[in-house]
Amino acid sequence: MELKEKLVSSFMAFENMVDIDSPVHDIRTEAIKTFEVEGFPTKRQEAWKYTSLNSVLKHDYSVFPKHEKALEFKDVKKYFLHEIDSYKIIFIDGKYSSHLSQTTHDGIDVCLMSSALTKPKYRLIIENYFNKIASNDGLSSLNTAFSAEGAYIHIPKNKLVEKPIQILHFSTGNESALMLQPRNLVVVDENSHVQIIERHQSLTDNPILTNSVTEIFANKRAIVDYYKIQNDKSTASLIDNTFINQKQESIAKVHTFSFGGKLTRNNLNYYQNGERIDSTMKGITIIGDKQHVDHNTLVHHIKPNCESHQDYKGIFDDRATGVFNGKVVVEKEAQKTNAFQANNNVLISDKASINTKPQLEIFADDVKCSHGCTIGQLDESAMFYLRSRGIPEKEAKALLMFAFSNNVLDSVKIPVLKNRITRIIANKLGVDIGFDL
Amino acid sequence: MLKIKNLHASVEDKAILKGIDLHVRPGEVHAIMGPNGSGKSTLASVVAGKEEYEVDEGEIILDGENIDELGPEERAHKGVFMSFQYPVEIPGVSVTNFIKTAINETRKAKGLEDMPANEMLKLIREKSELLDIDRKFLSRSLNEGFSGGEKKRNEIFQMAMLEPKLAILDETDSGLDIDALRIVANGVNKLKSEDNAVIVITHYQRLLDYIVPDYVHVLHNGRIVKTGTKDLAHELEAKGYDWVKEEVNA
Repeated sequence: MELKEKLVSSFMAFENMVDIDSPVHDIRTEAIKTFEVEGFPTKRQEAWKYTSLNSVLKHDYSVFPKHEKALEFKDVKKYFLHEIDSYKIIFIDGKYSSHLSQTTHDGIDVCLMSSALTKPKYRLIIENYFNKIASNDGLSSLNTAFSAEGAYIHIPKNKLVEKPIQILHFSTGNESALMLQPRNLVVVDENSHVQIIERHQSLTDNPILTNSVTEIFANKRAIVDYYKIQNDKSTASLIDNTFINQKQESIAKVHTFSFGGKLTRNNLNYYQNGERIDSTMKGITIIGDKQHVDHNTLVHHIKPNCESHQDYKGIFDDRATGVFNGKVVVEKEAQKTNAFQANNNVLISDKASINTKPQLEIFADDVKCSHGCTIGQLDESAMFYLRSRGIPEKEAKALLMFAFSNNVLDSVKIPVLKNRITRIIANKLGVDIGFDL
Repeated sequence: MLKIKNLHASVEDKAILKGIDLHVRPGEVHAIMGPNGSGKSTLASVVAGKEEYEVDEGEIILDGENIDELGPEERAHKGVFMSFQYPVEIPGVSVTNFIKTAINETRKAKGLEDMPANEMLKLIREKSELLDIDRKFLSRSLNEGFSGGEKKRNEIFQMAMLEPKLAILDETDSGLDIDALRIVANGVNKLKSEDNAVIVITHYQRLLDYIVPDYVHVLHNGRIVKTGTKDLAHELEAKGYDWVKEEVNA
């Protein structure tokens, strides 16, 4: 049976497992119908021209893991930012792990989507925010139809949440192939600030496909810093659908670090519903082998006097392929918009490739929009310069690549995270040098 | 220390060096002069190990060992240093981190531990004072936005930090005003000892007023056509290169 049919026919079983009195019941039912019509995207669609899902859809995925499996903290410690105090929302094969998690209801809600979808105290937030900005394309609809678990974060107004929140999804290989549909909702009210780190980590060589949807609402003057660490096994694929709705004077930054995985597609969508908003997207992609990373961004400038900044760096080795498709829409009302977009790439091998495409749709006449993309090789004269000072070829290469991507790390506000990313990069580049640049 | 024997080198099948012989002993300063296009910078790059140059014939021997087949980093580990005519700008790498990496990689190659941080700092302070380098300068990205003079001073700073056996200064005087020239030359002179050697490559004689050579060689069309003392440099300055060319062609 094709995966699509399998999913559609599993919906009834799913409905029996979850509470159908939940206010989202109708939303789910509607969503499965949409998925049935839309299905999975194909290369015939413009937005998927360079990314084929065929190789990841061919497995016979379990849609609901049957057995629960526990993990010991010491075995997965390395995937946490364990050096600092943080809230943790941890899932194992899609199921919540209370053992590894540290949630809170103390002034803020950092807890589970499954609770939020069923308990009356969250009903108002769910009614106001759940599935309000997620698009109704096939993949997002599929996630909505099966939305049952994930992270639920609500920060009421005037809260500066000092501890970062870590969301980790582990898959253990309990199933021969597993598909996950995590659903996250983040609502940050007026004047509040939150930092979130999200990671998907497979612990098995069995195929894993994650189709995640995250809705983020940054209300008036809220600040949201969201970090995505994508350094998964070569058998794990991720489709990350993130939707961000911003109100006036809010700042929302998403950093995406893509260092691993078989296929990674990031659909990152910003909607600016207010004035003087800052939307920032940054990314570092360093991949090799036959890995594929696709960044598909959208910034919808709706109101005047807003900014958006995009800075994506990519380093591609072996037969790795990359895609950057950055769409910026500036509505007629959105005068005085400043929109910047940069996508710079280095191809290490002749067989690696990148497709980069800026897409600007501007209907206002008083705006500043810039975009630039570069594709290059490592500078030979710089290599000779470094080597002539005694720095071996491999280290010189690593130093240049690190320097190339370094400015993306400047805006990472959690020092421990910055160190961690730096170490992953050094590791990825196969060197042992301190990049304390 | 350095023996170059009958060195022929080419780039993209174009012969540039056509039989160079040069013998540099410890404690000596050699100047290599010559008109544009005579092969001066090529000679420096070939000794430093730039891979786009092909050595077609001859040998480069450092302390009795043929270094022809070694990569630039291996030559650096053996004490070869080239001050670049056009130092490369490397955004994102600070001067300090660059030099730390260079020193520690060189130590690693010799089987030594990393230099302790306090020792490194002390050394950086000492050498930057020697070259009158502002501390703030050291945290800037390597050569990015540096003036011509700053780039050259930074080259000599690296030389001071790495303490090479054989330093090749490729047109270090170009782009320097007289004050910067004095500081750079003074730095080189202070680093000079009985155990190391310097090859100064220059088009003009003025640097040689400050770094006084033991030998002056004139390079023309890929060969050393004349060797003399520092007086030869003065003669070239006064008369230009044409008379040397005529002598050769005669």
